[in-house]
Amino acid sequence: MADFNEKDIIETIQMIKVHHLDIRTTTLALSLRDCISEDIKVTGDKIYNKIIKYAKNLKKYADDLENEFSIPIINKRIAITPISLIGEAAKNPDYVYLAKVLDEAANEVGVDFIGGYSALVEKGCTRGDEIFLESIPEALASTQKLCSSVNLASSKAGINMKGVLKVADIIKKTAELTADKDGLGAAKFVCFCNSVSDNPFMAGAYCGINEPECALNIGVSGPGVVRWAIENIPKDADLGEVANIIKKTAFKITTTGELIGRELASRLNIPFGVIDLSLAPTPAEGDSVAGIFQAMGLEQAGAHGTTAALAMLNDAVKKGGTMASSYVGGLSGAFIPVSEDAQMIEAAKRGVLTIDKLEAMTCVCSVGLDMIAIPGDTPKSTIAGLIADEMAIGMINKKTTAVRVIPVPNKKEGEWVKFGGLLGEAPIMSLSKLDSSVFVNRSGRIPAPIHSLNN
Amino acid sequence: MSKDKILITISGLDKVGIVAKISATLAQLSVNIEDIKQTIMQDHFVMMMLCDISSSKENFKLIKEELIKSGEELGMEVWVQRKEIFDKMHTI
Repeated sequence: MADFNEKDIIETIQMIKVHHLDIRTTTLALSLRDCISEDIKVTGDKIYNKIIKYAKNLKKYADDLENEFSIPIINKRIAITPISLIGEAAKNPDYVYLAKVLDEAANEVGVDFIGGYSALVEKGCTRGDEIFLESIPEALASTQKLCSSVNLASSKAGINMKGVLKVADIIKKTAELTADKDGLGAAKFVCFCNSVSDNPFMAGAYCGINEPECALNIGVSGPGVVRWAIENIPKDADLGEVANIIKKTAFKITTTGELIGRELASRLNIPFGVIDLSLAPTPAEGDSVAGIFQAMGLEQAGAHGTTAALAMLNDAVKKGGTMASSYVGGLSGAFIPVSEDAQMIEAAKRGVLTIDKLEAMTCVCSVGLDMIAIPGDTPKSTIAGLIADEMAIGMINKKTTAVRVIPVPNKKEGEWVKFGGLLGEAPIMSLSKLDSSVFVNRSGRIPAPIHSLNN
Repeated sequence: MSKDKILITISGLDKVGIVAKISATLAQLSVNIEDIKQTIMQDHFVMMMLCDISSSKENFKLIKEELIKSGEELGMEVWVQRKEIFDKMHTI
């Protein structure tokens, strides 16, 4: 007879019911390399059919598992090969047409998002890449579920500064084309340094060219659970003990994700890919990464000590998580999106969390400047400067960094913007008013750094 | 098979007939009870039942729906989950 422990059962149910433990995303990564054709319509047809073939049961099977284990699976998503590579061979590379095909296929199979409207241009653009980049604002404005990303830099290639300026322009144009929704289109676009090819999280998910035919990647979530665990130990427990409790909690969160991931992959009859250990917040009360800093003993995110707390959190989550799963990958680091985290929103509202502190925090966690609303009239060169700084942090520290900012049309610093759902809401943050234009207009590439002499 | 093991957690205010009603529902569905534990948590009655559904003709989904319905009639909250989630989460 199998045994069970009452305390374990009650703890699990409390983690799910009260502290928002959930599977944030089950992302089907799908290669579209065999869809390339000289005729864009043929490419579109092949893409549509392939997505339907592989993803038609994704939502149903995920819903079944949600019921069997009573754990919410918040999003079902698809990540495809960077579309810039797939459309490039066509004589008439109409990428917006492919964007609409992808959106239609995503709607048909009932997933929440489809990512991979992407290009990898850290060293420069091909002719196809250039046509693709031009298409991004219109593609995002004319679709609902499509997400786009561009890799602009890497530790091996340096920073493509021409690309940085171009992306700043894309962000502004995308926000303007979706001005009726406060620039929501820009929330579905992210640029990276050292992007990863098995990331299940949006807006940056794509299926890298080095990935297999298909795989199921999982992203878990549970900042509320980590906060609860820390609150349950004495206030004077030392930081070694705090790190330990985070590791144990991360282990529990990750094993759950692995269980669901393997079950779902087996039902879909595809390989299990990786589990992404990132702690992803939501705007719901109690589901906040910044709330963990408070449990650790900081008044609010932004206090001196926040970077140290985040560094420890991020590292402890990885240590606990790697023990729980054979295949860990993706971004695997704490997310600090401003508009998607109730306590980050609160800190930004109080004015105690600034863009400079956020930039410092991105040096020790995975994802960079994320979901930050900025004034609509921010010059393109200032956005490019902001991106360049973030890319430099990733390049030098050999880690992934990203920028997802929304220049909210017709709104100014201090005004409020609501994106709704998981994307949340936020006050518009102030950026430096100093001019970066000569620097970012120099174009060219910031050379890759030396990988020794590490100070 | 581990797939067939389910854990039912019933919680709410203690009253007469909880075990009888839930057991009757399980018997009707040919679900075998392997173990029962009870505890009081913050003035709430909590009962946990480990069951095996392999001899039931019904599928997990229907069994869960029936149990939740019985719980509602009792005014109790009922969680029905495959046991694997607890095993994975709490053992190395």
